[in-house]
Amino acid sequence: MIAERHLNAIILAILVVIPAYAVIADEPFTITLATKAVILALAGVGLNFALGQGGLVSFGHAAYFGIGGYAMGILASHAQSYTPLMEVPFVIEGTNSMPVIWLVAVISGGLLALLIGALSLRTQGVYFIMVTLAFGQMLYYFAISWPAYGGEDGLSIYVRNQFPGLNTLVPIQFFGLCFAILLIVLFIVNRLNKSPFGLALMGAHQNEERAKTVGIDVYKMRLVAFAISGAITALAGALFADLNRFVSPVMFDWHTSGQIMVFIILGGVARLFGPIVGASLYILLEHFLGGVSEYWQIYLGAILFFMVLFAKGGIIGRLSKKEQTHGG
Amino acid sequence: MSTLLLIEQVLNGLQFGVMLFLMAAGLTLIFGVMGLINLAHGSLYMIGAFAAAAVAGWTGSFVLALMASLMAAALFGALIELTVIRRLYARDHLDQVLATFALILIFSEATRWTFGSFPLFLDTPDWLSGTVMLPGGIQYSLYRLAIIIIGLIVAAGLFLLISKTRVGMRIRAGENDREMIGALGVDISVLYTMVFALGAALAGLSGALVGAIQSVEVGMGEPVLILAFVVIVIGGIGSIKGALAGAILVGLTDTLGRTVLPVVFSTFMEASAATSVGSALASMLIYILMAGVLIFKPTGLFGSA
Amino acid sequence: MADSILDVRDIHKSFGALKASDGITLDLKPGEIHALIGPNGAGKSTLIKQIAGGLNPDSGSVHFMGRDVSTMSVAARARLGLARTFQISALAMGYTVLENAVLGAVGETGSVFRFFKPAMKDADLLGRAYAALDRVGLRDQAGVITSELSHGQRRQLEVAVALTLAPKAFLMDEPMAGMGAEGSKELTTFLQDLKHEAPILLVEHDMDAVFALADRISVLVYGKIIATGSVADIRANADVRTAYLGEEDAA
Repeated sequence: MIAERHLNAIILAILVVIPAYAVIADEPFTITLATKAVILALAGVGLNFALGQGGLVSFGHAAYFGIGGYAMGILASHAQSYTPLMEVPFVIEGTNSMPVIWLVAVISGGLLALLIGALSLRTQGVYFIMVTLAFGQMLYYFAISWPAYGGEDGLSIYVRNQFPGLNTLVPIQFFGLCFAILLIVLFIVNRLNKSPFGLALMGAHQNEERAKTVGIDVYKMRLVAFAISGAITALAGALFADLNRFVSPVMFDWHTSGQIMVFIILGGVARLFGPIVGASLYILLEHFLGGVSEYWQIYLGAILFFMVLFAKGGIIGRLSKKEQTHGG
Repeated sequence: MSTLLLIEQVLNGLQFGVMLFLMAAGLTLIFGVMGLINLAHGSLYMIGAFAAAAVAGWTGSFVLALMASLMAAALFGALIELTVIRRLYARDHLDQVLATFALILIFSEATRWTFGSFPLFLDTPDWLSGTVMLPGGIQYSLYRLAIIIIGLIVAAGLFLLISKTRVGMRIRAGENDREMIGALGVDISVLYTMVFALGAALAGLSGALVGAIQSVEVGMGEPVLILAFVVIVIGGIGSIKGALAGAILVGLTDTLGRTVLPVVFSTFMEASAATSVGSALASMLIYILMAGVLIFKPTGLFGSA
Repeated sequence: MADSILDVRDIHKSFGALKASDGITLDLKPGEIHALIGPNGAGKSTLIKQIAGGLNPDSGSVHFMGRDVSTMSVAARARLGLARTFQISALAMGYTVLENAVLGAVGETGSVFRFFKPAMKDADLLGRAYAALDRVGLRDQAGVITSELSHGQRRQLEVAVALTLAPKAFLMDEPMAGMGAEGSKELTTFLQDLKHEAPILLVEHDMDAVFALADRISVLVYGKIIATGSVADIRANADVRTAYLGEEDAA
């Protein structure tokens, strides 16, 4: 057993060392895998805020991941074809600037989560799971049947979007960018967890009646938390689309929601670094088991099943004792 | 649009709704009695369809194929209940969702491994193919009509089972008070296995019946599973009556929306745009319906608080 | 009636054929402990939910501090200063004692939507939390996880969290339940002191405690208040003896 702080430091170190080694060994594919892990981890960090801290078991986070992806796809495709996004009532041009795309992704993800959350949070427990799942699937079907942006086939973007001062096509530079974003978001989420908002959010998770009785508007608080969560996952979606230079309705698929949830479970629910461990492990499994067997998801299913039944707390929970979030 | 076409679409909606009911009834029953949310219910639907396709290919008998779907799904259901599912009753919903999601991964891949990735086809038997003349001069597919009738018979059977029989009484008692039913000396674990197998059988039957209209393939149960969730949210969880009402409502809304919306839009838009906007909106219609129910009655039409 | 802090006026609530509240009228005046007693199933819980929020009466109204709060949420009523303690402890069991008290202070100060400054380093929130813990004598346990507290200590913590709200009135649901004789006695002294700060509507099963503490007692039977009066009045009331105390003996 080691302190969670130390474990987290080790995790970050590994995430830096592997791509650094890959640069030296000239293995760009390894860097791409690490980048993918970082981006998926970010999506997990988003969900973990709602699910882990807030206790809101959303099975529809693919909605935000997908909308982030399409924010990138739509803006970049218009920039690529030099056609404006819309002309009436005012002109909006496409863009290939990452910061602008991220901003659009975060805002649209947050707004979508606000809308879906406002409806879903009227329910609780198993209803909430089913309703979020259903709304996610609604967007999936919408993306498939809306022909303007590729419909079922998705949308290819030929050149990676740009960030001032970097050459984003160089794998290690794009990795660095994604890693920096992950660190910033982790810092913000950590502060959120410790803030009065986080204290109240987790308090309501433990005992909703208590939070209400001290005058906290639990619905409103959870709605805000849900929007923050959606915004983070949408940012990850935009990065993921940029990594692949491709978006498709698969990003909205409910398996994507399930995957994001799996990251959290593998790593450790409500642990700040849980999604990072979970997403990295997932990528490793996909890469190595996928190399062994075409049917590697059988093993994934078995591992997941085992973790749920016998290893609650995930990998971080196995390796370190829970520290008080607010203590000290 | 002609009245005849509209009536045909209403019947199609009814057929779709009845299929959804078979799925939703099992889910809602399992939730009501055991408090379990089972994502792998879609896998049981798939297993029913594959069993039917395999037996039909082997014996050529559609009736045997349907029986096989019921048996296979019920057996599989009982098997996973005994080995896996019963460990989940005491767990929270997150654990249930994740564990049953894991089961989906395992079942889907195992099915792909056994049967390959190509879809199988289950043919409707000769005596159920072709059309039938309904009152009013409507030609309608005999097979789809048969599905509607089978579904309604199953619904009636379920109502009778639950309201009139000893098993049904135990199910109702189990919904209200698990400890009481234990105290009554009923072996609760046997009851749970039976309820789970019953829900599984209904899902399997549904998969087989639909398999003859569509293709039988891996993952076929998942869209239906999510629609069944929508049905349950609309109807109210734990209520068979709610499942029936919700299923018919969803079936009709979806089917009619897909037919009617493009036509409606074409009255003020040019044809191709009307088709794409209409069909995109139609694909969202049932979720909008669900949102409406959530706004006005968050516990569903027949749900209690 | 104008000087009542809490004023319940002729509320009715039915569940199907069951009349859980059948025209209940009662009030809480400054500086008093008003005890509500009644046999099981008399409708006490239903009444409390309508006073604290979470259940709207079919008819009639609940006024608090001169405002009609009948349709307000639990949280809104709490923000007005209606503090509640529960029959079964409603605390964040994974939090420390101090965190639970700070949670109360967060609610009271309306700082839920502050996102950046750590709550456990906020001098104002900590000051309020420690002050409340001091009053119930739990300061030494500030770092203990709530689930590890004894039953009696949880009761004290409930009261402390209520105190962080700087309440105008208390609604206490069986605060003595499960406490030892020693704890009950201490709490009795404490409540007698507390009532001068904010009046207490006390639902309690422990008859000795009620008779020792209450300034007024109301007796609820089958959704109706059959008597309201001083301890002596209630002891002497024949209806109460047959309807309530008799039933209690039989039970």
